[in-house]
Amino acid sequence: MLDLRKYSSIGESLRAALDTFSNEMCLIESDRGEEKLLLTYKGFKERALPLAKGLQELGVSAGDRVSIIMTNQSKWLISAYALFYCGGTMVPLDFKLKPEEHWQLLKHSSASVLITEYGIWRQLSASPARAEVHNVKQVLVTEAPADADLLGAQRWEKTQGTGQPVFVERKRQDLASIVYSSGTGGSPKGCMLTHENYLEQCTALTAWYPFWPGARYLSILPTNHSIDFMVGFFGPFVCGAAVVHLRTLRPEFVREAFAKYQITYVTLVPLVLKNLQKGLQARFDELPASKRRAFEAMRKINVTLTKDRPRLALSRRLLKQVHERFGGKLEAIIVGGAFSEPQTLQFFYDLGIPVVNAYGLTEGGTGVTVNDLKPFRADTVGKPLPGIEVRISSPDADGIGEVAVRGKTVMAGYLNDPEMTAETIVDGWLMTGDMGRFDPKGHLQLFGRKKNMIVTEEGKNVYAEDVESAFENLRVKEFCVFAANYIWPQRTMVAEQLVLVIHLEPGQAFTEELKNEITARNNRLTNYKRVHGIVLYQEDFPLTASLKVIRKVLAQRLGNLERGKAVLPI
Amino acid sequence: MRTLEQTTQEVLALASKHFKVAEGSLHAQDDFYKKLGIDSLQALDMLSRLENHFQIELPDYEVQGVSDFKTLAERIQARL
Repeated sequence: MLDLRKYSSIGESLRAALDTFSNEMCLIESDRGEEKLLLTYKGFKERALPLAKGLQELGVSAGDRVSIIMTNQSKWLISAYALFYCGGTMVPLDFKLKPEEHWQLLKHSSASVLITEYGIWRQLSASPARAEVHNVKQVLVTEAPADADLLGAQRWEKTQGTGQPVFVERKRQDLASIVYSSGTGGSPKGCMLTHENYLEQCTALTAWYPFWPGARYLSILPTNHSIDFMVGFFGPFVCGAAVVHLRTLRPEFVREAFAKYQITYVTLVPLVLKNLQKGLQARFDELPASKRRAFEAMRKINVTLTKDRPRLALSRRLLKQVHERFGGKLEAIIVGGAFSEPQTLQFFYDLGIPVVNAYGLTEGGTGVTVNDLKPFRADTVGKPLPGIEVRISSPDADGIGEVAVRGKTVMAGYLNDPEMTAETIVDGWLMTGDMGRFDPKGHLQLFGRKKNMIVTEEGKNVYAEDVESAFENLRVKEFCVFAANYIWPQRTMVAEQLVLVIHLEPGQAFTEELKNEITARNNRLTNYKRVHGIVLYQEDFPLTASLKVIRKVLAQRLGNLERGKAVLPI
Repeated sequence: MRTLEQTTQEVLALASKHFKVAEGSLHAQDDFYKKLGIDSLQALDMLSRLENHFQIELPDYEVQGVSDFKTLAERIQARL
């Protein structure tokens, strides 16, 4: 692995990695079980530098913001390297957002260049929201058919300058990226991450979970997500490892990829992990009684022998068939993005597959605490990574308080929002809004949230305020969306839901027609953003002088209602 | 060549069979996440079956944000 202390930027360290690991396998791209592309680090460089030169010829220079909206694929990483080579600032956006949400964030980020796939571009250019965004001057599209109408864009594949591009130096404190942790409905939360944030985070993560040449990381989570950018691009590259991309994330191709590419590491969100568990359990249940008994006996032996630490070689022998399904080279499954149920983590560990439960947030530079497997613990999110300080702010009698984080991985702040930055970073400590406590062994355990938001099992952050625009001009006196657990605090982070609180006009009845309208509007939201219930509230909402709802006070008042009775399911 | 109506009916029939719900209980305008009570992974599984049935390939970005049978059928129809 490169010694990242020697480098001042992502671009500089990646440039060194491409030369250091020149002949190592760097990228494997597969589509529906077929390999479409194999690249060494040398091959990656040969593709990226002409693009960097092309970007420079388009005028991209230090600090210019370049957005990437792509599915996980080689061109995502090549584009990112090219823009860092030019000294640009990356604005990675989730390709799963709706076109109007993309345009909103492109505007907010002041991106001057957009790199995207042709299919996504068609949808983006058809959106009326395009007309309101004037900062995006150049659009590069990949994989456009030969006779395609490019709709004002130019081909990524043809954006190739001639001659050597000039490498643009950046300092550690310079802005490397703007990563949106949420906020597509209300106020966008653009986390400003510096080159130092990335370099320090990578150093911390690889200190516990290193990559090496020959290791293979299966990149499933979207690369715009901080986790995948770190462990599915930057981390493996500075260690000379390979990244495997699947162009189609259907469950059958994901399952097949583990064995086919002999994956070393993968990061999954709890939903996918649970799905894998379900599939495996169904197979175990189908075993004939005698085989089932033999399997259970092996599992028990494995549990006993791996109590203190994982013993991969031993587990692979004891439970050979299970491990073969995962390719036989899997070192660990990293789980993050949302809260994982301990029984699911334990299920895999009992099979000899270490699951590394982690906790982090984009604002903290990705990972904050990670399980070190010494020994495995299903009931915690691990210990603070090296160099990252974590403390519990204002703990209650049970030791539970808000998790606060300090260190060189913490973001510089929210883009264009000094007020929210000041609320979030207090005296150098990032206030996470998550509630937790340390156990006597120094492991962090999480117990709910202080923030008015939910995190789905797919790792999607949904802030209640961002959903409210769907109910604008609803024919009621006033309304507000809350995370149910924000009103009725729970010491859990599973099955989180949003509720719509409405205050009817005097004399207005809660009619079937109104309910239908709410349901119809709710259904227009992306599925994970929908509210799950309605709360009818009889009193005026507390308002500020500027007529904004004082959510905290309203939530406290609503908290006096009995949750079970107050929430009418939609 | 199928009509959009035929494609829609085939999508509904396949979904009702795969998720074991009564045929006729699903409608084109229904939100399949809600109506079938499925998560995003189960939806991807359904897409795989639809791809096999119609002998087409639906890129992931084409079906992002689609949550009703009608739009899904339209996306399939465009690829037939």
